[in-house]
Amino acid sequence: MPTEFLYGVEVVLNGLMAGVLYALVALGFVLIFKASGIFNYAQGVLALFAALTLVGIMEGQVPFAHLINAIFGTEIHHFGWHVPAVLAILLTAAVMVLLAWCVHNFVFRHLVGQEPIILFMATIGLAYFLEGVGDLMWGSNIKTLDVGLPQGASFWLEENTAFLGGEEFYGFFIDKLDMVATLVAVLLVIALVLFSQYTKQGRAMRAVADDHQAALSVGISLNFIWVLVWSLAGFVALVAGIMWGAKSGVQFSLSLIALKALPVLMLGGFTSIPGAIVGGLIIGVGEKLFEFLIGAPYLGGATENWFAYVLALIFLVFRPQGLFGEKIIERV
Amino acid sequence: MLYREAGDFKTSYQDDSQTFPITFDRYRYYAVLAIAFGIIPFLINDYWASSILVPFLIYSIAAIGLNILTGYCGQVSLGTGGFMAVGAYACYKLMTAFPDVSIAIHVVLAGGITALVGMAFGLPSLRIKGFYLAVATLAAQFFLVWLFNKVSWFYNYSASGQITAPDRFVFGYQVTGAETTAVAKYMICLVFLTIAALIARNLTRGMLGRQWMAIRDMDIAAEIIGVNPLKAKLTAFGWSSFFIGIAGALFFAVYLGAVEVGEAFGIQKSFLVLFMIIIGGLGSIFGSFAGAAFMVLLPVVLKLVGVDLFGFPTDIVAHFQLVIVGGLIILFLVAEPHGLAQLWRVAKEKLRLWPFPY
Repeated sequence: MPTEFLYGVEVVLNGLMAGVLYALVALGFVLIFKASGIFNYAQGVLALFAALTLVGIMEGQVPFAHLINAIFGTEIHHFGWHVPAVLAILLTAAVMVLLAWCVHNFVFRHLVGQEPIILFMATIGLAYFLEGVGDLMWGSNIKTLDVGLPQGASFWLEENTAFLGGEEFYGFFIDKLDMVATLVAVLLVIALVLFSQYTKQGRAMRAVADDHQAALSVGISLNFIWVLVWSLAGFVALVAGIMWGAKSGVQFSLSLIALKALPVLMLGGFTSIPGAIVGGLIIGVGEKLFEFLIGAPYLGGATENWFAYVLALIFLVFRPQGLFGEKIIERV
Repeated sequence: MLYREAGDFKTSYQDDSQTFPITFDRYRYYAVLAIAFGIIPFLINDYWASSILVPFLIYSIAAIGLNILTGYCGQVSLGTGGFMAVGAYACYKLMTAFPDVSIAIHVVLAGGITALVGMAFGLPSLRIKGFYLAVATLAAQFFLVWLFNKVSWFYNYSASGQITAPDRFVFGYQVTGAETTAVAKYMICLVFLTIAALIARNLTRGMLGRQWMAIRDMDIAAEIIGVNPLKAKLTAFGWSSFFIGIAGALFFAVYLGAVEVGEAFGIQKSFLVLFMIIIGGLGSIFGSFAGAAFMVLLPVVLKLVGVDLFGFPTDIVAHFQLVIVGGLIILFLVAEPHGLAQLWRVAKEKLRLWPFPY
């Protein structure tokens, strides 16, 4: 097989892996949008906040240490213990539930019935707020997150695929972490589907997504469901935060993956969980392939910044509700 | 007592359809103009100009532009930063290509070029609606910033990738370049803002503005009563981008002087201007001013209180700024989703009845 083609295949594989990570963030968006009609810009910052909290708990950092030191002139940094990863993840999940409760009760409960753009703006406000709080609590330096996930390239895969190409080809280079992320994403989606199909709360959630008033009239508590949905989005953000954090360190740029998830949503449709996955894969493969085939050789590179948006834009012109979105029916 | 229509008789159609029908409003407007043109230029210094007044004036133009698109025509746009970049780079290319032509003309032409680009990116709005459109405008934001970064023709092949405004003069006063005085910066922005606000105010009162509002309130119904959605949406994109382009050109040429595109016109700028019109009030020219003033003053005040008064380290104050900006936005939306302009309207209603409300 020609080496160029094999490199292409490698690019596609890496694109698929990147797509899975985009899809993870997009999932959180879809959950909230379906259940409450809120277009949650803060999803990326939620992931950042979750990852920061996880690192903070694992390292035994004192929350708000910097602030406390500045006010009282003390010199505290760490409690001096290390929390095992599993326990830390559970604690972080608890923090995310608490956060979900706060977000709902202090913000969105007061905004029920407002126009979508107002809700959207509120989530941008929330994103700023959470980013500031995260930095104040845990400090804004870049942190490494190590929860024991495998790192580095998979040599096994590299050695066993090297025979496909000629002298120049050394086998597919794929990060182990990406493979784990894919596995986790698949498990997460299966769990979400099972939850929403077979549990009482999951069914209530789907009912709310269908029709708020009808759900209210059969005795479903909207407040509870919304807290639940924000908690779920928090868990998804935690998983995304762990994966991205383990890949590239926990830092501010983590919150920008939310922007990468937006074209994924447009492609897949704002209301479809399978859409988020398929959209993520298309965007992941599309932007890597475009960069490989056209961007880097002819356009000077860094096309990944905008390609996803332009692809989604062109796609939407032909199918305004996205791949799997509900058909938009307009009535006067 | 003073704020009344009563006794203010209109004897011609022209009187009847003027911008400020109430006498008090009219005099207040003249007073604001007189202070802005006649008094502030004599009091201004470099600190006030560079940290408050000039950014306020420029952001007001941008906010008016975005308000036309989002507030009046209902099309949410997150591409403001990208369109400001178009204005800045168009102005730069014009300034360096035709050094003999006045900068004022360049700025207007830059607005015109931005309007064309904006209309091109507005074309999908006929098919895509709501949040899908908002995300689609992000395509403009990221694509344009990338374009100005990668294609060296736009920055005249300079090694740093920056664009730097050459010295230019209007009526013998230097308005761009390093030696520009605070007064000159202030005055040129003020003139552009005054004209922009006048145009925008009258556009939104006229046929075009009513078409925009009809599209905003319900596009299908608007189509049925005979509003051409293609024309209405594209003119909204065009005019909006025109003002945003002018703001971008001024932001680069007059305010900053040298610009690196990703830093000055990134996605943060888009959000900043969107915050301005949300906090100020959607669909209100006054709201654009109020929102711009609010968002420009907030960090200055926070820095004054945090760093100078309490003596916190700057990084903590920077974090607090995020928390406070975010918190204030949420608080505002919960307390008054229609922005400062709504508070202003309520105040005016109350004033009309004061001191004897029924």
